[in-house]
Amino acid sequence: MRNRGVELGVGIFMLVGALALAMLAINVSGLSLSNQQGTYKIYARFENVGGLTARSKVTMSGVTIGNVSSITIDRKKLMALVEMEINADVNYLTSDSSASILTAGLLGEKYIGVTSGAADDEILKEGDFIEDTQSSLVLEELIGKFLFNQASE
Amino acid sequence: MQAVADNLILLGRFVLERIAAIGRSGMILMHAVIARPDPATSFPLLVRQLYSVGVLSMIIIVVSGLFIGMVLALQGYTILVDYGTEQAVGQMVALSLVRELAPVVTALLFAGRAGSALTAEIGLMKTTEQLSSMEMIGVDPLRRIIAPRFWAGLISLPILTMIFSAVGIWGGLLVGVEWLGIYEGSFWSNMQNSVDFFDDIGNGLIKSLVFGLVVTWVAVFQGYDSVPTSEGISQATTKTVVYSSLAILGLDFILTALMFGDL
Amino acid sequence: MDFFDDIIIDIKQLTFSRGERYICKNIDIRIPRGKVTAIMGPSGTGKTTLLKLIGGQLKPDSGSIFLDGDDIPRLGRSDLFDVREKMGMLFQSGALFTDMTVFENVAFPLRVHTKLPQDMVRDIVLMKLHAVGLRGAAELMPSELSGGMGRRVALARAIVLDPALVMYDEPFTGQDPIAMGVLVNLIKKLNQALGHSSIIVSHDIKETLSIADYIYILADASVIAHGTPEQLKRNDSEQVRQFMQGLPDGPVPFHFPAADYETELMEGC
Repeated sequence: MRNRGVELGVGIFMLVGALALAMLAINVSGLSLSNQQGTYKIYARFENVGGLTARSKVTMSGVTIGNVSSITIDRKKLMALVEMEINADVNYLTSDSSASILTAGLLGEKYIGVTSGAADDEILKEGDFIEDTQSSLVLEELIGKFLFNQASE
Repeated sequence: MQAVADNLILLGRFVLERIAAIGRSGMILMHAVIARPDPATSFPLLVRQLYSVGVLSMIIIVVSGLFIGMVLALQGYTILVDYGTEQAVGQMVALSLVRELAPVVTALLFAGRAGSALTAEIGLMKTTEQLSSMEMIGVDPLRRIIAPRFWAGLISLPILTMIFSAVGIWGGLLVGVEWLGIYEGSFWSNMQNSVDFFDDIGNGLIKSLVFGLVVTWVAVFQGYDSVPTSEGISQATTKTVVYSSLAILGLDFILTALMFGDL
Repeated sequence: MDFFDDIIIDIKQLTFSRGERYICKNIDIRIPRGKVTAIMGPSGTGKTTLLKLIGGQLKPDSGSIFLDGDDIPRLGRSDLFDVREKMGMLFQSGALFTDMTVFENVAFPLRVHTKLPQDMVRDIVLMKLHAVGLRGAAELMPSELSGGMGRRVALARAIVLDPALVMYDEPFTGQDPIAMGVLVNLIKKLNQALGHSSIIVSHDIKETLSIADYIYILADASVIAHGTPEQLKRNDSEQVRQFMQGLPDGPVPFHFPAADYETELMEGC
């Protein structure tokens, strides 16, 4: 019957559409269902975030452990305040951890690298601050410093 | 003096006629959306329309998606290779497809392929008094004819857009990896690092939903409101393609500014 | 007047205009029940418009149309759809749904308005198709039918719900003499057999006179004469005689209103 063909066609159409969406979700955007665990927020203040944006990665030893959720100005200290969402299973960052803004390759994107410290007894929790931070490398400042050093020698 | 007054009258009449047309189209949209569907009869009608609006548009969507993905990869490669960043081809192809090209190009093709067919079909039904006779039989043509076509368009376009994106990325992979020799791992990983499911794919989906609404709305309205002569139908078909293409491009700018513009 | 003891449609002071032009102006028409009533007149005098007004597809500027006590112009959208179940209409072009077979076309009103089981629908449809002589064409598509056959299928569809009122919009135009004869017979026979009332809008005088019980003649947006066929044949108004005898010129002018012929020709010199 002709009707059967129409129904089959529409069924295949819907399935192909769903498959395409699944392929886009999993292969293209790297969305994985196991990643739907909770996160907790920690903060860090930087002198200069130069080029870091929301959704940038947060890594430890090169492994992604979370991402930057927002960047604002801390009005009291006049520094950039970065809010990070860290995966809940990374529950071993110590309070003396350090965060630095790094660059992937020479022209690549900015991301935050976290290095855990040695204070085993104090673990970072929701809302805590990483005090030890190192700002983004700004090329002009580097060159300026270099020239200044050269001149003073 | 008289000529100026006459022109003013003409202008006023033109503006009023446009406003009245907008009003009529709004009423059609309202009837089509509000119409209480009776699942027993509506569902087979919807399936039939999904077939003629969606399934029959698939070939053109798959073919154009494939070629656009391939061209994007080729163009991206020739530019990016100068900076030694040709691994970013995957990212470029995926982002431009998912955010922009897939919703827009699919909607434009859809307006040409399915929108014009909808207008012509409804216009012809009007010309041959099929709509009137349906009304006289006591069946509301807005519910029976317009509503299933409207919903079919609204459902089909996002699905077609997803297919377009997926096929396009596959075309990019074909050219980038198989032909130009980019390392497949970095092709995918660059893509996955930069494409976000909700921000990029989700926004692309929202765009295609909006475009689907606009294109089918314009198409069914132009058909329903057409002058019932053969000339009237050809005019209505042209109007469908022109108006919906303009609406797609204009709305795309607005939506892009709202979604990605950090305004 | 035994005709008007029982009327199905009562049109009172009906006025309808398009832009500046009146299509009908203060028209009074009464349609007797169970008879064939013809509404005649030259092309472009709003006969089809009148049918659309009765069907509620157009709204008049003023006046009322009573169908068994319901005033059609004042009905809401859903009441209107209910009232239309009592009407069947045969459109000029037949207006069959081109995406359905002949069978499905005739079955359509039944499927929409009744919850009859499949085999009963099938029986009724075949009976109606048999009545118009096209039972054998049930599985054809409308595009495979000739014009006359298409109109007969449309007629079967118009009467499938056994309506109280059947309206025919120019049923004879563009038909060959045989198809025309078939249709004339059908309309008359169906009217007698099923007992509904019929309104025929037409300008084919001979055919219409042969089946109509009562005739209204429209011209210049109003009723210029009405009566039984015999009364009208004896009518001595010039306008009526011109129409009934098909004279090319007379009170209903051959020329569309225009500037004076000579002056317009001279202007070109």
